[in-house]
Amino acid sequence: MEYNEVVNAVIELFWKAETELEEDVVEAIRKAYKKEDNEIAKRFLKSILDNIEVAKNMKLPICQDTGIPVIFVEVGRELCLDFDIKQAIVEGVKIATREIPLRPNAVDPVTRENSGNNIGHYIPYIDMDVVEGDSLKITVFPKGAGSENVSSLKMFLPSQVSEIPRFIVETVKNAGGKPCPPVFVGVGIGTTFDGCAKLAKKALLRKMTEMDEYELEILEAINKLGIGPMGLGGRTTALGVFIEKGHCHTASLPVAVNIQCWANRRATVVLR
Amino acid sequence: MSVDMVININKNNNNINKNKRGNGNKRKSKDEKVELKTPLKLEDIRKLRCGDVVYISGEVITARDKAHMRFLEYIKDGRELPITLNRAVIYHCGPIVKKNGDWKVISAGPTTSARMNYFTPKILEKVECMAIIGKGGMNQEVVKALKGKGVYLAYTGGAGALSALKIRKVKGVYWQDLGMAEAIWVFEVEKFGPCIVGIDSHGNNLYEKIADEAEKRYKKLVESGLSLL
Repeated sequence: MEYNEVVNAVIELFWKAETELEEDVVEAIRKAYKKEDNEIAKRFLKSILDNIEVAKNMKLPICQDTGIPVIFVEVGRELCLDFDIKQAIVEGVKIATREIPLRPNAVDPVTRENSGNNIGHYIPYIDMDVVEGDSLKITVFPKGAGSENVSSLKMFLPSQVSEIPRFIVETVKNAGGKPCPPVFVGVGIGTTFDGCAKLAKKALLRKMTEMDEYELEILEAINKLGIGPMGLGGRTTALGVFIEKGHCHTASLPVAVNIQCWANRRATVVLR
Repeated sequence: MSVDMVININKNNNNINKNKRGNGNKRKSKDEKVELKTPLKLEDIRKLRCGDVVYISGEVITARDKAHMRFLEYIKDGRELPITLNRAVIYHCGPIVKKNGDWKVISAGPTTSARMNYFTPKILEKVECMAIIGKGGMNQEVVKALKGKGVYLAYTGGAGALSALKIRKVKGVYWQDLGMAEAIWVFEVEKFGPCIVGIDSHGNNLYEKIADEAEKRYKKLVESGLSLL
């Protein structure tokens, strides 16, 4: 495997993620459109579906907020890499930003100075894991700010397990129309303060049409709120709830809720 | 979702529709659309009610956090702005634009309007009438400031590609030192929409009504044992 292969893969993944939603995501929105009977809500969902079509056909970014670059990497343990894979990803983000183009979103957190190319300290945000096998799996997950800003994290007491559904529903309720509902809700339960946030984000990579009973019940509760698409009412407030769990300290119970707008943009490639 | 809840949600929305037309206005049919042209006319703004469907033709001016901050600085110092806010349409949007000879708009959906809550009433003070396009709604201070002179229009959040199609050309760009997203872009648009009136000039705020309902429903859910799931 060569440096350029990774660079090109990252560019290609950004093109795909930014202009084309994966079928499971579109399917979830289509289903909601069919079920929705609120007139205003239906109009918004129609615009969303039209937008998805236009973006795909004309190769335009679905949303002008092309996100902050988040990249998940799984490196097969038998793989031998003789180049700096992080550097290759950074290079890919830089070129994608210029070529597609992506909106330069990365700024210094205090001075707010924009780097101009979506590159900065710890950005792209790269999560790297070592797995079995000899392949390299790269997932590009551009995260928009509208939904990220209303996400939430709480350190519960170990005795408060039953409070988790309430916390999830409350987070969506407090967000109202700000995160561009209908939203996908990623939840991380357990591990550590930072670990649960990462799990919540990883949960958003799952197939958006398959949920277990617990997740479906929470989804149903959220949709009873009536916030609706863009916060102007309707039965479609969330399209899915996805929970990932990890073991945690016996004295703690960290829970993170990562809100994702309807444009759950992701693209994955496996390189060998 | 239980059938009861579904019926309730619809009932409540119908109530909102009834309330807003309770003052003698004829109920528009659901497919009726309003086209607003710039420069805006106050009488047209006043005709609009929450829930109405609006399309904009003419000029829209993008402005988000940094442009709003600078508007206030200019107003405070008595300096002339590079654009006219009176009778204008402000669009909360940080677009992607590309220069290929002429500017080309690549994607230009709305950004979260709540970030502009603080600045907006101070700007509205200075104009005869104005419309704001954005997403997510704005606070009660803005609702008050819009009374008698302005509307807030919701455009589909995230619909950046669709929006770019409705923008015929870039008529001007100012304050580029603020960066691509934060600069002021003047777009010529044709039938930009559908936009839904979220806050009208009569003090009605559809967002608030929906949020109040959500709060009530949330309390009911908690009482009915949501936490014991």
